[in-house]
Amino acid sequence: MSTIILFTAVSLAQFMLAGAMALAAIRMFCGPRAQDRIIGLDSLYINAMLLLVTFGIGTGRVIYFEAALVIGMLGFISTVALAKFLMRGEVIE
Amino acid sequence: MLPYPLLTLSLVLMWLLLNGFSFGHLLLGSFVAIFASWGMAALRPEKPRLRKWYLLPKLFWLVFVDVIRSNLAVALVILRGRPRGHTAGFLTMPLELQDRTALAILAVILTSVPGSAWLEYDASERHVLLHVLDLIDEETWVDMVKNRYEKLLMEIFE
Amino acid sequence: MIQSAIDLPVWAACLVAFFLLIGSGLALIGAIGFLRLPTFYERIHAPTLGTSWGVGGIVLASILYFSLSSSRLAVHEILIGIFVTVTTPVTLMLLARAALHRDRAERNGNVPERKREI
Repeated sequence: MSTIILFTAVSLAQFMLAGAMALAAIRMFCGPRAQDRIIGLDSLYINAMLLLVTFGIGTGRVIYFEAALVIGMLGFISTVALAKFLMRGEVIE
Repeated sequence: MLPYPLLTLSLVLMWLLLNGFSFGHLLLGSFVAIFASWGMAALRPEKPRLRKWYLLPKLFWLVFVDVIRSNLAVALVILRGRPRGHTAGFLTMPLELQDRTALAILAVILTSVPGSAWLEYDASERHVLLHVLDLIDEETWVDMVKNRYEKLLMEIFE
Repeated sequence: MIQSAIDLPVWAACLVAFFLLIGSGLALIGAIGFLRLPTFYERIHAPTLGTSWGVGGIVLASILYFSLSSSRLAVHEILIGIFVTVTTPVTLMLLARAALHRDRAERNGNVPERKREI
């Protein structure tokens, strides 16, 4: 019984998170300006991180947790670098 | 010896959470944390000081309640659309808070609560520019930020 | 698919499922709002739904599941929660300031001007 409940919940959650990733990707591809694209990328990697954590619950392995942590750190640094570039690039122009 | 005891302690805790508890990891994590806090001391000599640390749980509880409430509010705005007469808008408000750590904490709180975002702080004028998703009138927001958070943060840090 | 969940009691499975669905549902609502809201400054509010209780719900579900199914405390997922809570405001603030700077430089939209140039 509990296996069925968990399986359904994990599948639904993965479905919703994949939908969220798709929506963020749409915004990233057709966002009108550069800052919309960057914030789309930010939202995309956070949802990917959550999806990895749900994979970890689904398979019962801990290894996904570390992958999620690495994605979180790299995504944060890349977003900060892109935002910084957006400010500085305009100043030099 | 230990310039930042809280930082050192939380680094050791993080090391143990990542690696599992054993005596060897406790030793290694303590070494790493002590060296990291020395590096931190070389970077930034200004040290934040906590006056009334026992008020911190109250702050956490306030933030917890507010996050849940505004999560529901923003989800309703997204799914149903805004009720008539409500707009999104910018908001400039003066702040009396001066401590840098307290300002950083206020910025993190206001940004991570859905529905309000901290855009810019003018240090010479001591004004802050916020963007609010569901703005009914400005007075309520200014009052909320001032009375709920600023007063508490000033008590904790100044 | 889920091997270690066989000996999990039903209430625990229901609790884990509840937090999992709350977290992912909020993340999905945030993404929908991210696509629907018209201006950039309104859109900046949408991802915080996913990063506050979206992350919180899923991390809680993971902590509960691993703690209950292996019957010892597994709290290392809380690191993800702390990390996301600390980093998201930083990225959002930087992006918002970059957007303000660009809008002011191009003079488009009704962006409030800076009071006095520093």
